[in-house]
Amino acid sequence: MGLNLKRLGNIMLIEVCGEFDLSAADYCRQEIDQKIRAEGIKDILFDLEKVAFIDSSGLGVILGRYRKAKENGGRMAISNANPRITKILELSGITRLIPVYPTTSQALRFLGRGVG
Amino acid sequence: MRLRNRMKLELLSLPGNVRLARIAVAAFASEVDYNVSDLEEIKVAVSEAVSNAITHGYQQKKDGVISLTATLFTDALEIVVQDHGKGIDDLEQAFEPNSSSDPERMGLGFVFMRSFMDKVDVVSEPGQGTTVKLRKKLPDKVQAET
Repeated sequence: MGLNLKRLGNIMLIEVCGEFDLSAADYCRQEIDQKIRAEGIKDILFDLEKVAFIDSSGLGVILGRYRKAKENGGRMAISNANPRITKILELSGITRLIPVYPTTSQALRFLGRGVG
Repeated sequence: MRLRNRMKLELLSLPGNVRLARIAVAAFASEVDYNVSDLEEIKVAVSEAVSNAITHGYQQKKDGVISLTATLFTDALEIVVQDHGKGIDDLEQAFEPNSSSDPERMGLGFVFMRSFMDKVDVVSEPGQGTTVKLRKKLPDKVQAET
């Protein structure tokens, strides 16, 4: 499992790579929260393009970050989920809370940052 | 309903073993012609059952033992995940979505298992442990051949 955290203006872009399950959840949670605190960022974009597998433990990390962002007045979006991951997101009900976009540029536009 | 094949694993309650469990069961299940979508669903269901055993059954303790048995019958795949941990006080509540009080968890483990498998049976005794039995029908053409 890999995790890339990039600051794009006022947005934290979170790229999760590989299998997003119980073994990855604690590490992701700690790294993301630490980076967000250190950078003082409110808005979050989860790019799931490189996620090969997700279960409720991975979804819990996304939901937990959404709740924290909301508490801080921030917003969250998800982008680039493949059809299998999208099916899980829909079944979980997370898509009713967090907008899901097919591309990162569309998600960034939603979060108020255009491309380029 | 005749027996075709059986696999049995014993795993410590380590988070890294969730992946091992689902990959082992998916490899075992690929002996019959489940499609990719079916195999993905089986992987999610196994992942949820084993994750529950680790987080709820053994409360993240790393020395619990989880038994995983996968059996191919002529009409179905049956997966049994058993722990000897804390057990579940209220099974009815555990089956409800968002049943978890932890804001980092969605309480979706049993929802996913029920969505992706044809049958889910749970037997749990507080203080004794939990046994989850998951069943998924074999693809029609495989059943017809056997």
